[in-house]
Amino acid sequence: MAFDPQRHYPLGTERPDLVRTPGGLTLDQLSLHGEGVTSPELRATPETLRLQAEVAAAAGRAELAANLRRAAELAPLPDATVLAVYTALRPRRSTGEELEGWARQLDEWQAPLTAAFVRDALAVYTERGLLAV
Amino acid sequence: MLIEPLAELGLVAFDGPNDPTPSLVIEDGRVVELDGRRRERWDALDHFIVSEGLDLEVAAEAAGIADEEIARKLVDVAVPRAELVRLARGLTPARLARVITMLDPVELMFAMKKLRARRAPANQAHVTNLKENPALLAADAAEAAARGFAELETTVGVSRYAPLNAMAILIGGQSARSGILTQCAVEERLNLRLAILGLVTYAETLSVYGTEAVFVDGDDTPWSKAFLASAYASRGVKVRFTSGGGSEALMGESEGKSMLYLEARCLSLVRAAGSQGVQNGSISCIALALSVPGGTREVLAENVLAAWLDLEVASGNDAIASHSEIRKTAKLMGQFLPGTDFVTSGYSSMPRYDNMFGGGNYDSDDLDEWLTLQRDWQVDAGIEPLGEAEAIAVRERGARAVQAVFDELGFPPITDEEVRLAATCLDSRDLPDRDRAADVRAADRVLAEEISGLDVARALDKRGFSDAAQAVFDMQRQRVAADYLQTSAIIDADGLVVSAVNDGNHYSGPGTGYRLEGERWQRLQQLPYAIDARLLGAGDPGAPAVEELEVAAAGGAADEVVIAVGPAFGGALGETINGLAHADALAELVEGVRDEGATPRLVRIRRIADVAFIGHDGALLSGSGVAVGIQSKGTTLIHRADLQPLDNLELFGMAPSLTLDSYRQIGRNAAGYALGRPVHPVPTVLDNYARAKLIVRTTLLHAREAAEVVRGAPPVELALTRSRMAV
Repeated sequence: MAFDPQRHYPLGTERPDLVRTPGGLTLDQLSLHGEGVTSPELRATPETLRLQAEVAAAAGRAELAANLRRAAELAPLPDATVLAVYTALRPRRSTGEELEGWARQLDEWQAPLTAAFVRDALAVYTERGLLAV
Repeated sequence: MLIEPLAELGLVAFDGPNDPTPSLVIEDGRVVELDGRRRERWDALDHFIVSEGLDLEVAAEAAGIADEEIARKLVDVAVPRAELVRLARGLTPARLARVITMLDPVELMFAMKKLRARRAPANQAHVTNLKENPALLAADAAEAAARGFAELETTVGVSRYAPLNAMAILIGGQSARSGILTQCAVEERLNLRLAILGLVTYAETLSVYGTEAVFVDGDDTPWSKAFLASAYASRGVKVRFTSGGGSEALMGESEGKSMLYLEARCLSLVRAAGSQGVQNGSISCIALALSVPGGTREVLAENVLAAWLDLEVASGNDAIASHSEIRKTAKLMGQFLPGTDFVTSGYSSMPRYDNMFGGGNYDSDDLDEWLTLQRDWQVDAGIEPLGEAEAIAVRERGARAVQAVFDELGFPPITDEEVRLAATCLDSRDLPDRDRAADVRAADRVLAEEISGLDVARALDKRGFSDAAQAVFDMQRQRVAADYLQTSAIIDADGLVVSAVNDGNHYSGPGTGYRLEGERWQRLQQLPYAIDARLLGAGDPGAPAVEELEVAAAGGAADEVVIAVGPAFGGALGETINGLAHADALAELVEGVRDEGATPRLVRIRRIADVAFIGHDGALLSGSGVAVGIQSKGTTLIHRADLQPLDNLELFGMAPSLTLDSYRQIGRNAAGYALGRPVHPVPTVLDNYARAKLIVRTTLLHAREAAEVVRGAPPVELALTRSRMAV
């Protein structure tokens, strides 16, 4: 059945067939002592986050949807990387080249929306003196 | 403290003299002016709001609608919420502020009711203690969960404690009600690590400000904050931003703008960043907002603006707003009556002493008042009653569960004594001091060994806490489907995610939207301290104080004073409202009459329960024409046959303050009137609270008296049967 973002929410109860853990377990396979159930498995995949973005968009929440699409891009990245990008975006932490470097990296990591987001920041930081000198 | 507005410091609630006139100029599909500022002069917030969060098509449409018309739509039940939310997508911050300022307080409340994202309101609790004792944290979390809070927030005194505090409220909360969302307010990196481990499920620490200078002082930009929101979401954390009027003024960079205008900028930015919601309504600056004229109204306007922008609203009422209980509660009504997604963004579920969020506006001492207010207004503000025995039981269960997990993980032991005290103590002063260095080492182990929510669930299961184990595990499982990332999401006790998506607010007038009724209303009105009215004033009257004799006839003796009692006096009822035995009160009246040399005669009026008629009927029977009338609840008067029934010689309406001495004196005065002597009225005590305190008892006693009335029955002679001095 095709996913209908206006009807198939909550995913966990309405479309559990569409939900998997990063390792491919279904919700049914998740039990306290289930085989292969480890803490890193208990999180949303990029695909699930994109479905949630569809739900948000269908409810008229374009910005929340955009946030969830960026989240989908960040989900596979290591924690340290995510925190490093966050730090780079803080005021006067990065030079223009450094931010552009992160944007290129994000493009390589299949995170084009986040890359564009960093480039938007770069343009405004340049104008507002928010880059490191 | 109240101050005159001081616009240059941002100390003005709304309509500040330096607030810009709304404007939006679009050239070639590109915005070149926003709220009076040309693009060249935009700050980072202007850029962010325009590029990420302004719908230019709707803006073009909105340009053709007058402010007054939009304001009216906000309070028009015929205009659906969805239409207003859509329109807001095209409004600039200054325009949002100007339109919302047109609403008066009641209109704001109505707009709030209409614009709230989730159908049903909820509430959030704060759980902390000064000793950071894990057993007490778990016990308080368990009680808060059992009281129906949808979210629990803790924080730390010592930041290295964070993993243990997060773990304690997770275990405590889930042990009492599964599905409760938890957070630990700490620095973002640490918070994210706790989230990755599955020890917390939401964050509301993402503060934003309405001027670029304060934003940058806070070491963030709109982009870094929005990125952080995505980072949290990528780890399955529900995110709520924080903003609030007055913060820019407090931090010295308000640009001379009003609180509401700057908050409109914050909220436009929060929506643009893609946050599902916001904690706002001045929050920790509430006392500053309340120091200026219109402050309370401004704070509610902030909440309404957030809801209008389709954000989940946790509406403040967490920090102490005022020393005045009246002002505090008056302010609360703005959010309490219409209902917000979270009526408080942190109700102190423990005594103020243990609140590490700077003291709660409302705390555990106020729970009964809160519950009573809900009952008074028939309004659901998200807290449920809990009996004492039940509270102690859930507290103990929570503390036991965390004790078991600590033991299982090899953390410093929690003693049985700590568990016992955590379940029953008032605050952390009652608990022994723990080895804090050892606890901190355990906290470090959580991060170093990546002890996760799953590990906690398995430890609970191993130690026999199977329900709590399943509940903690279910929270981990929720992360996989990530349904709670949608707007206004909470999780019910059956594990179902309830949000604005599947349970949105579609209020469209009376009979629609969320109404407190049915089972939930029954639950919220049955307070443990509410009394069964049937048990009041209906105690065993004991043996009758009087004996009924023949039908009473008019007396002839000029020195006769009739003492006329009500239908239930000394029979169906045995004492007055303040507990004087009818036999004793009657004996004093009799003796008082005799003191003055008159002759008492006792009769019962059966046809009526009203004291005026009891007295007047008595007077008509009295040889002297003077009578004392007394109701069972003790209300007394002295009457005379030639007066109108509703007139009297002396009335003692304050039955609760009458003593046996009073009755004696009343007897003497009645005799004095009968014998034609000068009489000084009996002095009476006035207690203005007596009515508030005793009106229910009065009603019940009077109902009992009225039940004894026999229509048309003649009065009967009485004899005192049980007294020191029989007549």
